[in-house]
Amino acid sequence: MELRLTARRGENLLVTLVIPVVMLIFFASVRVLTVGTDRPVDFLLPGVLALAVISTSLVNLGIATAYERSYGVLKRLGGSPLPRAGLVAAKMLAVLVVEALQVTLLVTIAVIGFGWQLGPEANLGVAAAALLLGTLAFAGIGLAMAGALRAEATLAGANALFLVLLFLGGVVLPIDHLPAPLEAPARILPASGLSDALRIGLGSQPGDPVGPLALLAAWGLGASAVAARTFRWE
Amino acid sequence: MSAGTGTAGGAGAGRVAAGGANATEAAGGTGAAISVRGLVKRYDGRPVVDHLDLEVARGELFALLGPNGAGKTTTVEILEGYRRADEGEVRVLGLDPRRDAAALRARIGLMLQGGGIYPQARPREILALFARFYEDPRDPDELLSLVGLTDVARTRFKVLSGGQKQRLGLALALVGRPELVILDEPTAGMDPAAKAATRSLIADLRAAGVTIVLTTHELADVERLADRIAIIDRGRLVAFGSPAELTAGGLSVIRFRVTTPLGDEECASLAAALAADGAPGAPVAPGAPVAPGAPVAPDSGARNAGSTVTIHDGERPGAYRISGLTPDPATIARLTAWCASRNRLLVEIRTEGGTLEERYLELTGESAENTDGNEAIA
Repeated sequence: MELRLTARRGENLLVTLVIPVVMLIFFASVRVLTVGTDRPVDFLLPGVLALAVISTSLVNLGIATAYERSYGVLKRLGGSPLPRAGLVAAKMLAVLVVEALQVTLLVTIAVIGFGWQLGPEANLGVAAAALLLGTLAFAGIGLAMAGALRAEATLAGANALFLVLLFLGGVVLPIDHLPAPLEAPARILPASGLSDALRIGLGSQPGDPVGPLALLAAWGLGASAVAARTFRWE
Repeated sequence: MSAGTGTAGGAGAGRVAAGGANATEAAGGTGAAISVRGLVKRYDGRPVVDHLDLEVARGELFALLGPNGAGKTTTVEILEGYRRADEGEVRVLGLDPRRDAAALRARIGLMLQGGGIYPQARPREILALFARFYEDPRDPDELLSLVGLTDVARTRFKVLSGGQKQRLGLALALVGRPELVILDEPTAGMDPAAKAATRSLIADLRAAGVTIVLTTHELADVERLADRIAIIDRGRLVAFGSPAELTAGGLSVIRFRVTTPLGDEECASLAAALAADGAPGAPVAPGAPVAPGAPVAPDSGARNAGSTVTIHDGERPGAYRISGLTPDPATIARLTAWCASRNRLLVEIRTEGGTLEERYLELTGESAENTDGNEAIA
């Protein structure tokens, strides 16, 4: 049900599928960035995957849930025997299905269009863990906003956050290109954790995945705790 | 402190013993369907529900009436577990609506005031979705035809009419075969045909032994359907009982009609003539709004048997309603004698108990002109 409704909100597909795809194609084709790797796609694919996760679990889930709250859907569901955990599980499942679509699409484009390959040091387990923990972190943030703010405020806030994370989170711009005062805070954003972990996992950047994954897990736990505490059903 | 938040002494005076036929303890499975004692709910320190006591027996159709803002929805939402009571004890089917929420939700069906459906969802699929939450749900298609939504089963919720949305809400309340349904203004926004269909649906539910709690402004329906009625005003119970008890408890009414409308002086003279002791009356002038609380207003009429004779405008020019009198033969004789003395032709005269609507307006101190929206007294 969640999935069917997601598919029916046409405007969501724009954010979740079209924007990451356009980002990937544009930045991989146009050499505007000096990213330190031989081919920009090696840097970009993990970043765009991170973007895809953010768009689905933060922007999409957050906004949809906020509107459900303002329509009274959550209140009505709360009056039914559906357990709350069931509702959250359904939403997460829907998010994961959409993400699977996004990942498939983006990887296909990267491979066919730009000859992308896994790096020699790749560890798909790390990449998968990054996607899951990233989903948890951003879904937590999205739900925390949806449960506490008005629908319109969530809409604006989630989109603003999306842009901030897009530029500060090492998604399309390497963090070390940022001005110094921004670099330190940018490193602890969940988006940085996600894109770093994905880069390590997909072998486009050497490094220890534990730090970024731990950062993501911390965000995930923190955001979920805030969401659980502040969530209001109407 | 809590008692003092209302008007001094008003809290006590407004309360009516609400025990009645089913005063057994609510703790077990066989007690009252709903028992509310000393319920208080405040918003920003202002009491919205003020020491309310209610008891709903199993299998009865219970109507909760009151002006907008009287605390009906708040009370209902506390019963439903959406809101926490500030004070008092609430039991629904013997359970605490908040602590035992999970157990309770499977056994009650709720119809909320408006909305609550994904705008993109279609009636058939939303019913099928909710059906999956219950152990032994009703068939969604059968329910759709029961509430008359078969034709729009695949129409998006947001383009349904107000009445269709309401009917879907009603179907959702029934999908889990509840023991108790709580319907918050179920017929609001429905056209007359849908209202009639909803009425008969509610009557069928009641016949099937389902306990029904209903808030509504459709007083005529309530008078016909409800087993018992509670009228609340400003968060307090002002009347409780069967429709017959409530209307019998009201002032008995004499209606009469003369060929041409009476003037102010004539009304005053008539009220004085009707009062047994002949004291001068100062009745409501024709054309003026019916005075709220007329029966006890000290300056609006003559005392007779502890109440006040008041002449109200009737449904049409020349028609009047007299309250504050027991319609006995002597009163009728005085009415006809007064008409003869003024050379007025009395073309119609009848006596009856007041309608629930009149009783309601007396109790809540509202006049027809004050209720917002025509629907409230339709």
